[in-house]
Amino acid sequence: MTVSSTNHVWRKAKSLAMNGLCVGCAVLVILPLGLILFYLIQKGASSLNWDFFSGVPKSPGTVGGGMGNAIVGTLELLALASFVGVPVGVLGGVYLAEYGGERLNNWIRFWADVLNGVPSIVWGMVAYALVVLPMKHFSAWAGGLALGFIMIPLVLRTTEEVLVLVPRSYREAALALGLPQWKTIVRIVLPTALRGIITGILLAMGRVAGETAPLLFTAFGNSNWNRHLAEPIAALPLQIFNYAISPYDDWNRQAWAGALVLVAMTFCLSLGVRFFSGGRFQKNT
Amino acid sequence: MNLTMTPEETKAVPGAPAEKSPPAPQRFENKPAPAPATPASRPVAALAVKNLSVFFGKHQVLKNVSINIEARAVTAIIGPSGCGKSTFLRSLNRMHELVATARMEGDIRLFDQDIYGKDVEPVIVRRRVGMVFQKSNPFPTMTIGENVTVGLRLNGVRNRAVLAEQTEKSLRMAALWDEVKDRLNAPAVSLSGGQQQRLCIARALAVQPEVLLMDEPASALDPLATSKIEDLIRELRKDYTIVIVTHNMQQAARASDHTAFFYLGELVEFGPTSQIFTNPKQKRTEDYVTGRFG
Repeated sequence: MTVSSTNHVWRKAKSLAMNGLCVGCAVLVILPLGLILFYLIQKGASSLNWDFFSGVPKSPGTVGGGMGNAIVGTLELLALASFVGVPVGVLGGVYLAEYGGERLNNWIRFWADVLNGVPSIVWGMVAYALVVLPMKHFSAWAGGLALGFIMIPLVLRTTEEVLVLVPRSYREAALALGLPQWKTIVRIVLPTALRGIITGILLAMGRVAGETAPLLFTAFGNSNWNRHLAEPIAALPLQIFNYAISPYDDWNRQAWAGALVLVAMTFCLSLGVRFFSGGRFQKNT
Repeated sequence: MNLTMTPEETKAVPGAPAEKSPPAPQRFENKPAPAPATPASRPVAALAVKNLSVFFGKHQVLKNVSINIEARAVTAIIGPSGCGKSTFLRSLNRMHELVATARMEGDIRLFDQDIYGKDVEPVIVRRRVGMVFQKSNPFPTMTIGENVTVGLRLNGVRNRAVLAEQTEKSLRMAALWDEVKDRLNAPAVSLSGGQQQRLCIARALAVQPEVLLMDEPASALDPLATSKIEDLIRELRKDYTIVIVTHNMQQAARASDHTAFFYLGELVEFGPTSQIFTNPKQKRTEDYVTGRFG
């Protein structure tokens, strides 16, 4: 048996072609991201100034003003959403990974995945019914709740996944020392998986940071600073939406700048994810 | 003698055909020659196991095992893979209960106290019967020192002096003190594999158990680290009752006082290590220790 050289050439050609195809697809994936960033910076960077970060919108048609209230509003909404999404998601994930029967868990997982697929505007309707209608006005509470609902299934599933990744042997070692199960979970398992859990939380925050639909009739938007969480609150995505569809050139430019800031915020969250999932001190998990 | 046989156990006739005999632990009184490793004074049973059967679902893993484990001695459990060695070991501190479908029958007494009694919490049993695992598993989020004291700290010991004292004592007993005394605050995962395993032994010793179970503690280690662990086991025998599961026949021969041979969930033979390895009564034991199967 000899190795045929034509065969060899053909094989090399095939390998080269497939390699080229893979590289091409990878470029196709990254290219839009690069174009979006480029376009955002080109269109929006010129409108970034101190006023933009510190000011509030001026009356329609006048030049100037900024989105400071919307930037702070988005941060406030993220904090409120985390108050709802993190405890429920993390504790639910602990239940799925550490307790719970197999049948019940499968049901919870299934429903969490279904909830994950529910359009975000539906969560806005839920928060509208639960908070806005009884209070009779829009509020930051309602917006935070809507975003929190979206975070719950995301945090739940990632928490469960990283807890399951914690090797059984750590649990066994702790139990063999005579520690009760809850202490094993709180003091051994959760700290071991902490980075993964934080990563999951940041990813969920990044996901809801850009949500617009659930805020339309919950947080509603506010052209001034939010004085109280029971009042309507501005949010970057809402402000971008309103400014982008307005007929004023300056507002359109500011919408680009707002989009740039929003992308930068989610980029920072992603950096946080990389930092926490990188692992400096410990090697596994 | 404390180690007298129960009626069930004595049903095994010594002269019966080897293949069909039920578990037949050897009486210590039957020893033809004085066991060199065992002190002549009357041995105390740390763990008295009677008619132990363990099931996982419908599968019976241990069949009617009765054995008395002598206090302050090393008892080795040998046998081919899947013979129930590890299950037996885990039933001694109720770790097998982590498998939801596990079920046990029989009676295990720790210094005459039923560890499966109605009012006995597994947590309490495990504080008295510690365990070291096949793969070293120091907690990765903790330093060396924190790993040693974790059992005490999480059980409510706050006194720094007590913790420091126990750290040194446990690490000395685990023959690790000299290697780590200057870097107790370094992460535990920075240690080598053999050191990590000795750290796990120190961690288990720190809660001052009465019995130490070891599930193939050296099987993942190189020969040098293995011999250190074996030296350590011989040393610990002075203060602790040790039950060690091992695949390594030489290790059982070197480090243990008594050896039990398990096969297909049954206790085939139990006796002084010297006898099991040089003059076994059962043909299956002889075949196994001479490497003809297993």
